[in-house]
Amino acid sequence: MKQSNFKTDILIVGAGPAGMAAVCAATQSGAKCLVVDDNPNIGGQIWRKENAKPDTKQAKEWFEKIRKAKFDLLEGTRIVSSLNEKVSLAETLEGFCEIEFSKLILATGAHERFLPFDGWTLPNVMGAGGLQALVKNGLPIEGKRVAVAGTGALLLAVAVYLKKHGAKVLLIAEQTTKRKLFKFGLNLFKQPKKISQAFALKKDLLNIAFKTNCYPISANGRDKLSSVTFQQGKRKFSIECDYLACGFHLLPNTELAVLLGCKLKNGSVAVDEWQKTSVQDIFCAGEATGVGGVDLSLIEGQIAGYVVTGEQTKAQGLFGERAKQKRFAELLNSTFELRQELKGLARTDTIVCRCEDVTFGRLSHFDSWREAKLQTRCGMGACQGRICGGAVDFLFGWTNESVRPPIMPVKIEGLLRDDG
Amino acid sequence: MNESVTLTVNDKQVSVEKGTVVAVAVINAGFDSFRKSVTGEARAPICGMGICFECRVKIDGVSHSRSCQIFCREGMTIETE
Repeated sequence: MKQSNFKTDILIVGAGPAGMAAVCAATQSGAKCLVVDDNPNIGGQIWRKENAKPDTKQAKEWFEKIRKAKFDLLEGTRIVSSLNEKVSLAETLEGFCEIEFSKLILATGAHERFLPFDGWTLPNVMGAGGLQALVKNGLPIEGKRVAVAGTGALLLAVAVYLKKHGAKVLLIAEQTTKRKLFKFGLNLFKQPKKISQAFALKKDLLNIAFKTNCYPISANGRDKLSSVTFQQGKRKFSIECDYLACGFHLLPNTELAVLLGCKLKNGSVAVDEWQKTSVQDIFCAGEATGVGGVDLSLIEGQIAGYVVTGEQTKAQGLFGERAKQKRFAELLNSTFELRQELKGLARTDTIVCRCEDVTFGRLSHFDSWREAKLQTRCGMGACQGRICGGAVDFLFGWTNESVRPPIMPVKIEGLLRDDG
Repeated sequence: MNESVTLTVNDKQVSVEKGTVVAVAVINAGFDSFRKSVTGEARAPICGMGICFECRVKIDGVSHSRSCQIFCREGMTIETE
């Protein structure tokens, strides 16, 4: 279906905290802004479904701000390709459209890292954020037995959320060490806001078993999950459950940035102090520039929004806070660094690429992802390596060197569309 | 707020609250498997945010639709793949 095209001063891709902050800042000077987001509503992953009823004071404050801002919004819309430097092709719920912009802010967020282990492809094994997202979108969780596992601060937030909604959270298995967590806790005291957030969580976490040095080694069941086997030190134990919510911290969403030619640094979109990428007129803010949490995303979003509208002084006023949040981000990432034992979880017949059902055994013969792709199609299915990418990076040290359009599977009409 | 919508999943009628995504309707209708993998394994969503493509089903005749990103509408017809 043909849909009308758009022309805007500022195009913002992603309506999570960074995108919301960017549009709030950019519209202050009256710039014409268009925000697109793949999800059906604004808020990103962290504030999914919170527009009407925010869970935190911070979310409430930002939803109020964004209601006052004047901008255009395309929900359920994803940028699939770039037609030229200033025009992107988007797929909306209705069809395809072209979006012409003067400046672009990428606020594409992050996704969970998944690691393959026996049985991780069974129905009801989900990401930690993945299960939470489905519950926010209506999945009944009351009375369900859930094991939360993997690594990262997200596990705690998810466990508390699920428990509040009536789930029986049987345990949180955190792969990192008690020592690292303790150091992390001590450092929290340098940031009063973070400690109050942590304490608010702690109260709700009291009745949930929390195990460190602990990780899933297999998900068991015939047609769907029935139990999970964990390892903690030398000890192995199994528990019966309805869901396993398992994610290994977060990875930046960089596909669109790479497609547009932006340089990466350590797997994140490289930006300068003005949130500017290596490509003229393209900026990036939030988790895509390096995972650092909601506070950092909000600051970076505002900086980008001010910079694209020529408000450099206002942007500069936020540099100090950004530096502080970045120190926290570094601490977060070192605390939840993956332990080497996790590399041994995938066995010869464990599927690594879920789209093409490529096993660990088949991949272990190759030296690069490119070679593996050519021979096995690993990472070439519908998700285009988004799920197995984080795994092969950890397991084999392979990174994705090329991104090709369309960056998401599209209907054929999107590819055929031309000027004739 | 509690307005409900009714849709059909593999010929089975199911009612869900408005604002529920199709993936949840599939689960509520009693289906654990959303699609069969290339080697025939049962698969279901893992990411919940539209990137894993494991939740893809046929929605109103459109194959490979990501059921976790689309809200249920009255009278929708869903088929698992």
